[in-house]
Amino acid sequence: MKVGVVTFPGSLDDTDAQRAVRIGGNEAVALWHGDADLHGVDAVVLPGGFSYGDYLRCGAISRFAPVMGEVVEAARRGMPVLGICNGFQILCESHLLPGALIRNDHRRFVCRDQLLRIENNRTPWTSAYEPGQEIRIVLKNGEGGFVADAETLARIEGEGQVLARYLEVNPNGSMNDIAGITNERGNVVGLMPHPEHSVETLTGSGTDGLGFFTSLAAAVLS
Amino acid sequence: MARVVVAVMPKPEILDPQGKAVQGALPRLGFSGVTDVRQGKRFEIEFDGEITDAVLAEVDEMAETLLSNPVIENYTVTVEASETAGESGR
Repeated sequence: MKVGVVTFPGSLDDTDAQRAVRIGGNEAVALWHGDADLHGVDAVVLPGGFSYGDYLRCGAISRFAPVMGEVVEAARRGMPVLGICNGFQILCESHLLPGALIRNDHRRFVCRDQLLRIENNRTPWTSAYEPGQEIRIVLKNGEGGFVADAETLARIEGEGQVLARYLEVNPNGSMNDIAGITNERGNVVGLMPHPEHSVETLTGSGTDGLGFFTSLAAAVLS
Repeated sequence: MARVVVAVMPKPEILDPQGKAVQGALPRLGFSGVTDVRQGKRFEIEFDGEITDAVLAEVDEMAETLLSNPVIENYTVTVEASETAGESGR
């Protein structure tokens, strides 16, 4: 599968995401925020970083980047889209995912190896995991607190849209320990921790993040 | 020249860590009696001509689509009198 990785001004995990896509068995295609063209990709990753300097709100300005018009349209048609960290924030600002992300409740930037539980493995990004599987991947964020109003929170819990939950510690004050969510259709996924940094033993504490990138290949084969 | 001000505030039910940090600093500086601080954003938007209803409708749209995130924030739009009549700030 051809997986596009968008580079915004301020993206910093785009090349890691491209590498993770390749290690996961797919072809990585670099996409540029100013180019309103997805170049025939089958899926899109919005990587971590500080798009447009996080001015205004994280992801608020990048939501209106030319490429995002195409991403939003493709996502509505069912294309798999994964937003990691800043990418998660962009997906919330784009209204492709419910809720919003605010500054960590303890107000500090946090960087740690984080234990998660995969709650929903029925998405194109998590099918390689078992339901309830616990994985440890890198987490680093300053505005990673997931919030939503009570009605939205009840709906995403009830519909199984919680993708992953923090275990051991809640690193940022996210409601219901939510680390990642998916949309109603299940093709759009937002995740605050960084699976793309946990795909090789050489540079990470493990390879538990690889499943996010091998799931796509499995989805094609099945 | 005319100015429209959009004030954006986190919704009351949303945690405001920045406001909390400020609130925590005030007593350390000797300011007592503060029970809560919320931190928001203020946008000053300048226009060449008069502020008509059409202009205000446009500002409202700006506030709704870009300046605020309706999921976590509320906003108000006010027209500011031209020139600085009785500004108390420095």
